[in-house]
Amino acid sequence: MSLNNYLILSALLFTIGVFGIFMNRRNVIIIMMSIELILLSVNINFVAFSSYLGNIDGQIITFFVLTVAAAEAAIGLAILVTFFRNRATIDVEEIDTLKG
Amino acid sequence: MVADIVFYLFATITVIAALGVVSVKNQVHSVLFLVLTFFTTSALFVLLGAEFLAAILIMVYMGAVAILFLFVVMMLDVEFSALKERAMQYLPMGIAVGVIILIELIVIITQVHIDHDAAGAVASDVPNTLELGRLLYTKYLLPFEIASVILLVALVGAIVLTYRERKRPKRQNIQKQMARTPEQSVELKKVASGEGAS
Repeated sequence: MSLNNYLILSALLFTIGVFGIFMNRRNVIIIMMSIELILLSVNINFVAFSSYLGNIDGQIITFFVLTVAAAEAAIGLAILVTFFRNRATIDVEEIDTLKG
Repeated sequence: MVADIVFYLFATITVIAALGVVSVKNQVHSVLFLVLTFFTTSALFVLLGAEFLAAILIMVYMGAVAILFLFVVMMLDVEFSALKERAMQYLPMGIAVGVIILIELIVIITQVHIDHDAAGAVASDVPNTLELGRLLYTKYLLPFEIASVILLVALVGAIVLTYRERKRPKRQNIQKQMARTPEQSVELKKVASGEGAS
């Protein structure tokens, strides 16, 4: 099993994440899940390189990526709940109050 | 050989589950596919010799983040099919961008040649968790503290954003009751006889 297999898997996951953002342009929850997929693909990259290069620092960076992703999900969903309470929709195209 | 089979098995499940996340109609199924993606990825992490991160992935992502998504999906009473109706319109654009990104990434990846063909080469004689801990509390102590502050800010921020003070339940305020005086509460009026109180 070579490093390239893991890199290609992570590239596939990244692409699926970007594709998901394009496909579900109106649903914020799916967009956030796609962002989680993208972060996961980055984590796979870090861990694979860390394992194959014999350097454990990559796994520590993954640890921080996980932390920030968890914080981002919590804040994003909180904003989403507040927005839904005020406007009764989560359609991205309706979120244009700041447009001016 | 066994490792190859395990890798291909879990990699296939990961990709299929990730496709499920972005394409199924039912939002709850989408979250469950996300859980499956995380689970198979944590299996791949074990294969790479990163046991601690595999455990963290299961505990933090499947145990907290995915359940948070599930709660929000179930809490919000949204007509999700209405959000899907124009998805086909974005399909060509999505496929175009996806294919371009994938081709670019694969072109780059095929340039990578690393000869150490040993997954799990990191672990020498100490366990993975011990090694991570040693590094985390020495070289990466400051980032570790900053990460904890980030988590605290996220915690406080989420509470502040979603907190609503409810006015309805009227609580007994004992101090206020004790401080009442007859002058504040009772008003005496002299009513002339035959005219009634207005």
